[in-house]
Amino acid sequence: MCGIVGLHLRDPGLHPQLGRLLESMLCGVVERGPDSAGVAVYGDRRRVPAGHAAVSVLLPPGADTSALDAHVSTAGDTAIVAAPVSPEDLVARVKALFPTARVVGSGHDLTVYKGVGHPRDLATTYGLADAVGWQGLAHTRMATESAVTPEGCHPFSVGPDQCLVHNGSFSNHASIRRELVRQGVVFDSENDSEVGARFVASRLAQGEDLEKALLALRETFDGFYTLLVTSADGFAVVRDPIACKPAVIAETDAWVAMASEFRALAPLPGIEHARLYEPEPGRVYAWSR
Amino acid sequence: MESLSFDLANTTVRALNAELHDPSVKSYEVLHPDGAHAVAAGIDSGIAVEVRGHVGYYCAGMNDGGTVTVHGNAGTGLAENMMSGTVRIAGDASQSAGATAHGGLLVIEGSASMRCGISMKGVDIVVGGSVGPMSAFMAQAGRMVVCGDAGDGLGDSIYEARLYVRGRVGELGADCVEKELRDEHRAELAELLAAAGLDHDVADFRRYGSARQLYHFQPGQGRY
Repeated sequence: MCGIVGLHLRDPGLHPQLGRLLESMLCGVVERGPDSAGVAVYGDRRRVPAGHAAVSVLLPPGADTSALDAHVSTAGDTAIVAAPVSPEDLVARVKALFPTARVVGSGHDLTVYKGVGHPRDLATTYGLADAVGWQGLAHTRMATESAVTPEGCHPFSVGPDQCLVHNGSFSNHASIRRELVRQGVVFDSENDSEVGARFVASRLAQGEDLEKALLALRETFDGFYTLLVTSADGFAVVRDPIACKPAVIAETDAWVAMASEFRALAPLPGIEHARLYEPEPGRVYAWSR
Repeated sequence: MESLSFDLANTTVRALNAELHDPSVKSYEVLHPDGAHAVAAGIDSGIAVEVRGHVGYYCAGMNDGGTVTVHGNAGTGLAENMMSGTVRIAGDASQSAGATAHGGLLVIEGSASMRCGISMKGVDIVVGGSVGPMSAFMAQAGRMVVCGDAGDGLGDSIYEARLYVRGRVGELGADCVEKELRDEHRAELAELLAAAGLDHDVADFRRYGSARQLYHFQPGQGRY
């Protein structure tokens, strides 16, 4: 069991409240995954100034970041490195200085936080309530397939400004991993969800949009999944064809939200007038900015 | 009649349910459930509970004699294993509504998600809207009325429950077949619709049930 929440804001007037809203949603799924939590925020100019790239990274203990020649802010185990260069160049700079560091997110708009502990405490560590932006997601984890570590936290962000969070388990991930490796894809972990994220990233890199990429995922992957996948301009949800894992979507003119359970949606402004529904099995739901 | 109100914004579900299990009055109101789990689970007397808002998992589970009305939607496992009484949902219900329920009446005024009535064992379920795939899976006894459509796999591996659907039915589940709607079926369907407060014409419904061809209906064919 894991918990997923995501919020895609349509009303720019809510952008300053993104972090506070996401934190209240996260607190609604704590019981579904109390061992660790990850968060992604899109458009947080506090940490990613305009014209900058950002790399979210789990640095080795005691790492001296002064040689990075970049703006570095830390939030628990995660450091956010920002500089006015391309995301690829900044990732290369971080990896050159810290070969054992794990890059957990990169792009022009994306910050990713990961850590182990009670999700409510982690939200404080991440400074989530103060985050601003136009889209965000969070995942609380009850690990079943791999160790409880910051690296094992979702979201898996393996392409520029992309994130994937997964509730469930894939059963044929090993064979899909082998095929992707054959195509030259490099993996960070043995995690089944990372295979999903790498698969989506490879489809997006081929020019597909989120909806097409997730339709391809549905045809390729076997197992249990509710996925929330985000990109530089998109927000999408898909469940496996027998809908083993829960999901609820709520929509108003001001926002689109998705969560494992309604109780994570209950604190949202205007929820009493939202259109509430469960995503149908095997159907891809996608929104874009 | 004296009534007690519980506001779950400042009271725990545990405190609510402790009162409902040892009731001091006959009538209760629950405010701000906000998706909480196990609201009004385990009632074993003839009390009435009105819940104003959406509830989470297992609402009114194991109900035995209570009348629980939810003015909102319900999460997974609504009225699971109900023994008797009435549970009514004004909105939609998530997966596995009425799972394994032995008796009583479950009314879902909106639609129900997948696996509605899974392994039902005697409950009556009336759904004003549609039900999702795999509904009435392994249904053993009781009646299910669907005023809208039913998804694929309806009645898969069904034993003796009777299913009535007014709208379209997807692919039927294994060993589930359409059956003749005879007078006794029209009579019980009319009773169920009346009990739910619905006035559809019984002639618009079709009946489904077990073909009794799976191995467990074949003497000597059991494999376990």
